[in-house]
Amino acid sequence: MKAKAMLENSQTIEVEVMRRFSVESVVKETPDTYTLTLKPLDKKEYNFVPGQFNMLYAFGVGEAPISLSGDPDERHLVVHTIRVVGAVTNALVNVKKPGFIGLRGPFGSGWPLEKMKGKDVIIVAGGIGLAPLRPAIYYILKHRKEYGKFFFLYGARTPNDLLYKKELKEWKSRFDMDAFITVDAGDEKWTGNVGVVTTLFKRIKLDPDNTYALVCGPEIMMKYTVLELRNQGLTDDKIYLSMERNMKCGMRLCGRCQFGPYFVCKDGPVFSMDQINRFFGRREV
Amino acid sequence: MSLQRKPYFALDAEMLGNLVTILKDFGYIIYGPVERDGAIVYDIIESAEQIPRGLFDEQSPGRYRLIKKDERRYFGYVVGPQSPKYVLYPPQHLLFKVRKDGRTFIPRPDGKKVAIFGLRPCDLKAVDILDDVLLKGPYKNNTYWTLRKDALFIAVNCIEPDNNCFCTSMNTGPFAKSGCDICITELLMDGKHVFILETMTDKGAEIVNRLGCRSATEEELDAVSRLMEEARNKIRKKLNVENLKEDLYKNLEHPRWNDVGNRCLTCGNCTLVCPTCFCSSVFDRSSLSMDVAERWALWDSCFSIDYSYIHGGAIRQSIMSRYRNWLMHKLATWVDQFGTFGCVGCGRCITWCPVGIDIVEEANRVRS
Ligand SMILES: Cc1cc2nc3c(=O)[nH]c(=O)nc-3n(C[C@H](O)[C@H](O)[C@H](O)COP(=O)(O)OP(=O)(O)OC[C@H]3O[C@@H](n4cnc5c(N)ncnc54)[C@H](O)[C@@H]3O)c2cc1C
Ligand code: SF4
Ligand code: SF4
Ligand code: FES
Repeated sequence: MKAKAMLENSQTIEVEVMRRFSVESVVKETPDTYTLTLKPLDKKEYNFVPGQFNMLYAFGVGEAPISLSGDPDERHLVVHTIRVVGAVTNALVNVKKPGFIGLRGPFGSGWPLEKMKGKDVIIVAGGIGLAPLRPAIYYILKHRKEYGKFFFLYGARTPNDLLYKKELKEWKSRFDMDAFITVDAGDEKWTGNVGVVTTLFKRIKLDPDNTYALVCGPEIMMKYTVLELRNQGLTDDKIYLSMERNMKCGMRLCGRCQFGPYFVCKDGPVFSMDQINRFFGRREV
Repeated sequence: MSLQRKPYFALDAEMLGNLVTILKDFGYIIYGPVERDGAIVYDIIESAEQIPRGLFDEQSPGRYRLIKKDERRYFGYVVGPQSPKYVLYPPQHLLFKVRKDGRTFIPRPDGKKVAIFGLRPCDLKAVDILDDVLLKGPYKNNTYWTLRKDALFIAVNCIEPDNNCFCTSMNTGPFAKSGCDICITELLMDGKHVFILETMTDKGAEIVNRLGCRSATEEELDAVSRLMEEARNKIRKKLNVENLKEDLYKNLEHPRWNDVGNRCLTCGNCTLVCPTCFCSSVFDRSSLSMDVAERWALWDSCFSIDYSYIHGGAIRQSIMSRYRNWLMHKLATWVDQFGTFGCVGCGRCITWCPVGIDIVEEANRVRS
């Protein structure tokens, strides 16, 4: 918290604890997930690196860590995809003007997009885990010539749970990327793959020395994905994961987000597998 | 060990009240040891008379008892359930207030100066460790900073260490080498009762100067040296810290974790009494009119199931994993995070654990 040190009254000083954003639009992605477009009320630019997150505050209710899911080149709007699971997430998607969302951030580490240049890329996402990966996809597609082959594997529980349906369709139709989508359980209309996301690995062949992998999803999904990537010969220094832990501050002060020796809010959420392999997949670490 | 002469002074024990008066003159709110509910705790004191005399503590795993012995003695006990953490990092503190229009305020540093009297060498080191966590990161805790920046510490050396103390292993005691303004050793010999004062900062020197005490004699300093030697020898509890971190990392799956998991009640006492445990939660609330909202921090314990909760369920469901997480943090992961152990060997967690779980014993078993 940066103190602006402007004396207001005898008990408090005004500080820049958070920036205020208005909600410009809310798009329903799935029955419980919404994409919010936010606009800074202070009209200043907002910059972030794909993979980072913000702490979003709903007035009087509380704060939640939410990944940035929009285009990193868009400096005047901030996009978040929020799954409603409790009090804060519910309040966030229901903010109406003149209400505001308080925002602190961006926090944390990003995907190694620079380091990956000249290499093949595979992105593997599960469920809401696609949100922090979408900015990376935008970036790679915008700088398509600077990367080699581009694989994209995405799995959700049901067809109804797929995020960004229009974009998925577009990505599938592109010739400069190989996109595969699967659901755990289909419905009458679903004609695509059925099975967990790791079943898609039999469709692809990776060049192990020349490929970086970015993975985000539930921990169990990431665990099996890492096994598949290693099976195809990828070494741990080329596998990157985004970890999730309970967070209360985002500032390395509350201690809640610890994972082994790391504070996920500061050292992560993006880690390379060789950084964390001592702790990753160990029960209850 | 012989002591250098210069900064040592002697204060007649009956004059302790003068020290308290001077601290008040300097504008300090003084926290000193008082007896409450059968234990020594820190509370605001107005005069030296509130400091108990003749009390000694007996501590062993799961047990704490005060007994009356030598009536003259001031500091016959060591650490109680509270540490300076209670004063400098209050269990509940306001983080900020925010108005409906989004303007945000934090509590203003109001110039409240605290002096903590009677804290022990291990606790000085614990404050050092809290500084690393709460002040030296990219962000700092405003409440801690406000209280800490002007805090004055008058430490007391431990000449009667207890069974659960292992400060010699952690290199934090039983005598203070730095971190305080004035350090006191209580000397009772041949009917003489004095405090030997060592000043470690300019502020400390200024206060001792006001007290107008004489220099300590050669004989008194020799006596202090002897007490130091004896105190060191009284500490039997040992933790070998060499390769400790690596040994613990290697034994993440050791069966001993299940054993301790079967005994631990997840009461969280160990984290509350620990002088370095800093984890916090937050709660938000708003005024009835919804015009102003507040965010408060409150101490949290990694032994609660909530602590690791994420959507879908807590990460650390089993008790064994919560104990393992706590011990590993104190003695292994803290080293990677901050370059020191998160444990100063004060023994509080051993004393105040209702079932007497002993961090030293657990660490040693996990290694073997
Ligand atoms: C780095 C990071 C990025 C995230 N990105 C997104 C995202 O882009 N979209 C999205 O929908 N969700 C995301 N989450 C999860 C989101 O933060 C939680 O779903 C949210 O905190 C739940 O809060 P709640 O009060 O609505 O739910 P409740 O279930 O009522 O939560 C109770 C408390 O548990 C904690 N908590 C619960 N679930 C989580 C969780 N998964 N992670 C951390 N703390 C949790 C919170 O501290 C919360 O106060 C992210 C989490 C992390 C750590
Ligand atoms: S872990 Fe136990 S012995 Fe170590 S500092 Fe904390 S309370 Fe004291
Ligand atoms: S180790 Fe002891 S004090 Fe700590 S939570 Fe378990 S039972 Fe409570
Ligand atoms: S979220 Fe508080 S330390 Fe990481």
